[in-house]
Amino acid sequence: MIYYDRVSKIYADNSIALEDVSFSVEPGEFISIVGHSGAGKTTLVKMLLAEEKPSSGSVFFESINVHEVPLNRINHLRRKIGTVFQDFRLLPQKTAYENIAFAMEAAGRPEDEIHSDVPHVLDLVDLADKANNFPDELSGGEQQRVAIARAIVNQPDVIVADEPTGNLDPVNTFEIVQILKKINDLGTTIILTTHNKGVIDSLKKRVVTMDRGRVIRDDREGKYIL
Amino acid sequence: MVRAGFLDFWRNGFVSLASILVMTVTLFVVGMTLFAGVILNSALGELRDKADISVYFTTSAPEDQILQLQKSVNALPQVQSTTYISADDALAAFRELHQDDQLTLQALQELGDNPLGAELDIKAKDISQYDAISQFLQQQQASQAGGPSIIDKINYFDEQHREALDRLQEITDSAGRLGLIIILLLVGVTLAISFNTLRLAIYTSREEIQVMRLVGAGAFYIRAPFMVEGVLYGLISGVVTLVLFYPLTYWLGQATANFFGGINVFSYYVSHFLMFFGIIIGTGVVLGAAASYLAVRRYLKI
Repeated sequence: MIYYDRVSKIYADNSIALEDVSFSVEPGEFISIVGHSGAGKTTLVKMLLAEEKPSSGSVFFESINVHEVPLNRINHLRRKIGTVFQDFRLLPQKTAYENIAFAMEAAGRPEDEIHSDVPHVLDLVDLADKANNFPDELSGGEQQRVAIARAIVNQPDVIVADEPTGNLDPVNTFEIVQILKKINDLGTTIILTTHNKGVIDSLKKRVVTMDRGRVIRDDREGKYIL
Repeated sequence: MVRAGFLDFWRNGFVSLASILVMTVTLFVVGMTLFAGVILNSALGELRDKADISVYFTTSAPEDQILQLQKSVNALPQVQSTTYISADDALAAFRELHQDDQLTLQALQELGDNPLGAELDIKAKDISQYDAISQFLQQQQASQAGGPSIIDKINYFDEQHREALDRLQEITDSAGRLGLIIILLLVGVTLAISFNTLRLAIYTSREEIQVMRLVGAGAFYIRAPFMVEGVLYGLISGVVTLVLFYPLTYWLGQATANFFGGINVFSYYVSHFLMFFGIIIGTGVVLGAAASYLAVRRYLKI
């Protein structure tokens, strides 16, 4: 479903972010990409979203070469990928409800669908009572749950979570991981990047380990080994 | 989308206020330049109107020939108007001018006959056309070379008169050009400032735009609320400017009428309100929409 084909990314100052990375992700998988900071995890994710272009190699999503999609069509591709960021990236001027509704409006979903779906996903992430709060009125864990709700509301094929627990305490981290597992159980593919050993060891799912831009391990039911 | 624009406008209260203020200044300058242009034009027109040439006829020139000449001069495309002053009129005017000067009047009495010839004052449509008109008159004079010429002299061929005319043309031309340059400069500068302010207002939203982009929003969907916001800025600034002009022109109206002669900015404003409305509101709306469009475009490139 997702295929990285010999992807390299070398920046202008000759620093290597990715070097000859190849692996694939099957539908319904829960894959964790682990590694130290600077190992290339985030770059890998940005490649899939066409936020960055590879220096060589290609990234395929459902057999479409992501980097050959023109700029004015890229949003259609992104709607199939829900994204969760370490720093949440909610729109500060919009309430929790509006942040989620926004992703649906952007995808061109009708008003009545928005009215029925948004409360539903808010319920799923246990935030029904915070629908009308602005992001700065929510805790970090709550903000991240809003971000997850926003990522899943359009029923994407894949959720990409880039260090979603990086800014959270252990309790909130556990909750977020539980929510991601729940979403995976419902059939959505999950790509999680993290350097949290506890998260990886408790998941017992596939683990791709990266170091200095290279894939050094790919284990079916892996642990955090570095 | 329109609702989102209004909402952003309201929630960004301070940025909106600042943008509106800067845009109001811009539109104010645009309005002022309109007035300046009108005043300048009317002042220059007034000045140009003072230019004319006079043809003096010999005392023996028969009136019907003079009138004949006036007719053919009137037929010239460059001529705006002619005024015929007959010998008797000229004498009456002379008497009036010197009514307190007994000596001159006495001398006139002594002469018995009317020493003054008839006169034809010609106004051209443009200062530069006096040359052509004078050429024509000269030809007329030459063609009558057989008989006695009825034209005594044309003051265009007076060195002094011609110089004055040339100077006048130079002054009005360069004043008009200078005015235009200053106006364009002012408008350009304020447009740039206002444009930049809107860009800064959108700069504060650049992360939002990037997030929207990554969530899968299309370019139009992201851009539209910003454009609605920009148009709203333009509309409000335009209305504020139009309202501000009312007391201002009222206050300045009499002064400009006295100083520049002819034009009262207040009555001009009131009678041309639709034009002002169109230009000011139109500039505001177009500026707001265009600035927003271009500013957002920078952040849509991911």
